[in-house]
Amino acid sequence: MISKRIIPCLDVRDGKLTKGIKFKGNVDIGDPVEVAREYYEQGADEIVFYDITASSEGRDIMIDVVKRVAQTIFIPFSVGGGIRNLEDMRRVILAGAEKVSVNSAAVNEPEIIAQGSKAFGSQCIVLGMDVKKVGISEKIPSGYEIVIHGGRKYTGIDALWWARKAESLGAGEICLNSIDADGTQEGYELNLTALISDSVRIPVIASGGAGEPRHLAEVLTKGRADAALIASMVHYRTYSIEEIKKYLSEQSIKTRMLW
Amino acid sequence: MIAIIDYKAGNLTSVARALQNIGESFLITDDIKKLEAASHVIFPGVGAAGDAMVNLRQKKLDTWLKDWIGVGKPLMGICLGTQIILDYSEENKTDCVGLVPGSTKRFPDQLASSGQVLKIPHMGWNSVEFKRSHPVFSDISPEAEYYFVHSYYPAPSDESDVLGVTDYGIKFCSVLAVKNLVAMQFHPEKSGRPGLQILRNFCRWRGDDL
Repeated sequence: MISKRIIPCLDVRDGKLTKGIKFKGNVDIGDPVEVAREYYEQGADEIVFYDITASSEGRDIMIDVVKRVAQTIFIPFSVGGGIRNLEDMRRVILAGAEKVSVNSAAVNEPEIIAQGSKAFGSQCIVLGMDVKKVGISEKIPSGYEIVIHGGRKYTGIDALWWARKAESLGAGEICLNSIDADGTQEGYELNLTALISDSVRIPVIASGGAGEPRHLAEVLTKGRADAALIASMVHYRTYSIEEIKKYLSEQSIKTRMLW
Repeated sequence: MIAIIDYKAGNLTSVARALQNIGESFLITDDIKKLEAASHVIFPGVGAAGDAMVNLRQKKLDTWLKDWIGVGKPLMGICLGTQIILDYSEENKTDCVGLVPGSTKRFPDQLASSGQVLKIPHMGWNSVEFKRSHPVFSDISPEAEYYFVHSYYPAPSDESDVLGVTDYGIKFCSVLAVKNLVAMQFHPEKSGRPGLQILRNFCRWRGDDL
């Protein structure tokens, strides 16, 4: 049977990790390629790169990073952040990424999902959703609203409606980030994750709030997520990916244990 | 020299990079003369069966594949490349290459395991239960898992063509092997060390199914 996926997420700006990551020797490593290699060796099932570069020069550097990652690790990886059109997608995919993730661009122009899925196959197109709990209203019947610009701008779009819409447009997967849980390290937003995961047929990656292995176990069972995104808990070496997988295995949650 | 068939079906460079990593020289081509000079051929593919068959026929690669199999040199199918070597695919209702009797089917809509609804596509890591040993899958732990991403699966009509099966609500044929052909639904180029080992084994394989 299929394994649940554990996916570390790396934030990149101008070709460097936004925060250095300490591995053996306790030295800060800022090179995303080196860190991707380390996580690949540790048993990551996939890697997500989130590019927060603002300049076009920085974007060219990111393409170079993607090329180097593709020569280094032999598991799938995706690139998100600042993907605005088909050409942005093409550059990232040709550089060697398996998947591209679209977020605010898809909110502004939903057709980008259909275009990307037609051009590269739906398995390449991940919809990134940033979601905030707002309470149930006529406009937001699920009680969860889509936000953009790092959670600063409310869009008036219902998260559940948007997930279904994106699926019908041809998204192959959803990366569901709870802005409320993000950065808290107190656990994923289980209700939101279960709500979305039960309402679409495409896989859902839960994101935001992971602080300890128990949180992953919860979101992969009660939250019914297909995969769990992690950041700080491995970046700060609080846990290794192997430790997390061992814990999950003790909870009878199947992950890939051999790599 | 390993040749990767270029028929405009998805990103062929990931297979190329994996070969580079294991130190194999290769070329990516749709030129039949160049393909014929190769020692081994890899038939990859991501995308839809309909478009893939149109491109193959345009370049007469569908009939060429049959010739290649007849000669007895090793051929590896990957993902879509595996699905369209059968007679027919339910995807776009497509007549396919027909190297192996059988058809490619869509996963049933209601797929579940132990009470949990299973997602389509089947996306992620899963294991393969091998029916017998095969040179291309030697030196690999039975515990190994491989990266899958697909909504259709190959269903050969002759049970003896099935080398391995995978459980995703139903047990489907994830690896098939007939003489000098070996074909898999998962992506060895994205399956970490075990995947690279499969590619390494394939490049050393002479095409005999022992």
